[in-house]
Amino acid sequence: MSVTGRLREPALAKRHRIGKLFEWLCCGSTWFGVVVLLLLLLSVGWKAMTWPTADADAADRAAAMKTDAPSSAAATSARPLSTRFLTSYDSRIPQKAGIKAALWGSLWLLVFVGLATVPIGVGAAIYLEEYSNEGRWKRIIQVNLSNLAGVPSIVYGILGLTVFVRMFGLFGHDGKVLDLNLGFTVLAVPLPFERSVISGALTLSLLVLPTVIVAAQEALRAVPSSIRTASYALGATQWQTIRHQVLPAAMPGIMTGVILSLSRAMGETAPLIMIGALTYLARCPGHIDSVSSVWEHPTGLLEAPFDVFTSLPIQIFNWVSRAQPEYDHLAAAGIIVLLVVLMCMNTAAILIRNRFQRRTLW
Amino acid sequence: MSVAQATSPLSIKRPSSLTRRVSWTRAREQIIRAVLFLCGALSLLTTAGIIIVLFTEAIYSFGGTAFFQSVSITDFLFDTVWAPQHPDHPRFGILPLLCGTFVIAGLGGLIGLPIGLASAIYLSEYAKPKMRRIVKPVLEILAGIPTVVYGYFALVFVTPYVLRPIFQTWLGFNVDIFNALSAGIVVGVMIIPTVCSLSEDALRAVPRGLREAGYALGSTKFDVSLKVVVPAALSGILASFLLAMARAIGETMAVTIAAGQQPRLTLNPFRGMETMTAYIVNISLGDTEAGSMEYKSLYAVALSLFVITLLMNVLAQWVLKRFREVYE
Repeated sequence: MSVTGRLREPALAKRHRIGKLFEWLCCGSTWFGVVVLLLLLLSVGWKAMTWPTADADAADRAAAMKTDAPSSAAATSARPLSTRFLTSYDSRIPQKAGIKAALWGSLWLLVFVGLATVPIGVGAAIYLEEYSNEGRWKRIIQVNLSNLAGVPSIVYGILGLTVFVRMFGLFGHDGKVLDLNLGFTVLAVPLPFERSVISGALTLSLLVLPTVIVAAQEALRAVPSSIRTASYALGATQWQTIRHQVLPAAMPGIMTGVILSLSRAMGETAPLIMIGALTYLARCPGHIDSVSSVWEHPTGLLEAPFDVFTSLPIQIFNWVSRAQPEYDHLAAAGIIVLLVVLMCMNTAAILIRNRFQRRTLW
Repeated sequence: MSVAQATSPLSIKRPSSLTRRVSWTRAREQIIRAVLFLCGALSLLTTAGIIIVLFTEAIYSFGGTAFFQSVSITDFLFDTVWAPQHPDHPRFGILPLLCGTFVIAGLGGLIGLPIGLASAIYLSEYAKPKMRRIVKPVLEILAGIPTVVYGYFALVFVTPYVLRPIFQTWLGFNVDIFNALSAGIVVGVMIIPTVCSLSEDALRAVPRGLREAGYALGSTKFDVSLKVVVPAALSGILASFLLAMARAIGETMAVTIAAGQQPRLTLNPFRGMETMTAYIVNISLGDTEAGSMEYKSLYAVALSLFVITLLMNVLAQWVLKRFREVYE
């Protein structure tokens, strides 16, 4: 501002100085977030690329936790983040530990959370936007949704623990096993679900459902009503209109919201810890550890939902809470993998949004 | 809302002669409508589930004994020691946990609220479109980072490389490896995107005319931003603050990792503390027998947490509605 120089009145010049100072302050605050993000990525990246040497603070931490000094096992890989890290199970020896089980667990969670939230979330959004006519039900559900979105995730964990993992203790102390005869195989369904993939997925589904519904509602609201009116004018029923006109038009928006919600579910840790997913685990759900193993024992696909599991953020927390400094570096490697997966999902969501935004013309 | 009503498809009158006829198509329409309603009602069921679960385990159990049937509510609220694991005299005073929760959320608020508001003011009043295009995605990324990552960041970076050099080496405080300040800092960073995006929406909703009137009266940009636009958007800003604080209070993984597991009644931010959420996590990590007092205390703590965050959310909605300035 060259104005300041020309001003004769000192009071006004002072006001401009204050204004300038304020602008710099605000600008600094805005960049604060960027700086923190950079610091976070750099520190995690550095940890993921090196094994600890004579790391003073890590040794200090190990001492603080009153455990053994850092073990000096021979390194089997040059750095924590490597291909071996992706293809091996968790191990008592840090240099051999990997996140295979966590990756498969997260994948299973993702599939089941998606299967549960997409139909229910979109259905609820359709009801709220297309059917309920600004009535009492709509208001109640809407207020309820915004309150549910503010409930801490750990409370959902408690809900999941009671409803899915224990089922209110209705099935006694040891539970029951329901044998479903499917013709080609007998599927053993434990009741209650206990610490299985399905418990985790249902808990996470309840958690992200409000976000999915709100996102789908916004997408449906963005479809102009002329499309609906035109469809009615041609004699279509309400469901036909929704099914063939409104939903296809709103699909990109809904997909974007769903993917963003799924990526939130992928990063959730607390509810899964509540339902007891934090255990040492050296196998994948249903013993499916590669695509080819699906061919070898396809029934594994049916067993997996009722099997124990671990997930990426759980595995990271597990490593963070161990005392040996090597595990800090493993956790960093796990974080990098998790962030890359989340980044891919978010990029997909943005690409879908951009691609279809350009195409739709109304 | 009235606009939405006018354009809603249902405001189109359907011919009544057709409505009478019973047909498969019509039945199908009704079935679909009912199924969709059930999808919507599931969210009500979730709320009911949360309330029933917390109520039956914490306040009044029909079969067994709930938490508050064996521990008096005054002990719970006013006892200053939280020692549920004590073999002979377990004590359930929630004050240390409340203290940990509010110290950390307060520190987070001290950092996150002003920075979030300042960046919202900058993005809505000062920033050029190009700058917005850079900063907005970064804030979105910050919002999308899992909380366990923030906890890790606090433990392996903030405490050893920021807090200890400053407060221990220079100023001579004793900084624990698990401390409330590092947790508060990352919680503050975590709520910046919430505050920023909600406040920015509120600021941008203030009509241009108000700003121009301010300039016409000889105000500087600083005067207009801080004395015209911010007061006009105050309801939205307050609501964003409340929602962010509710999030800070309910935050779990970062505080569990960074602040430790010692329930302490202290205001010293360099000591380790345990929050309500961290207690819940730590109990579920151990082998707690279902039905034991420790297990039930989980529900009592969760109930307190639920009530506090729910009150803040409801308050935020009330502030939004009550103090909203409507321009047109």
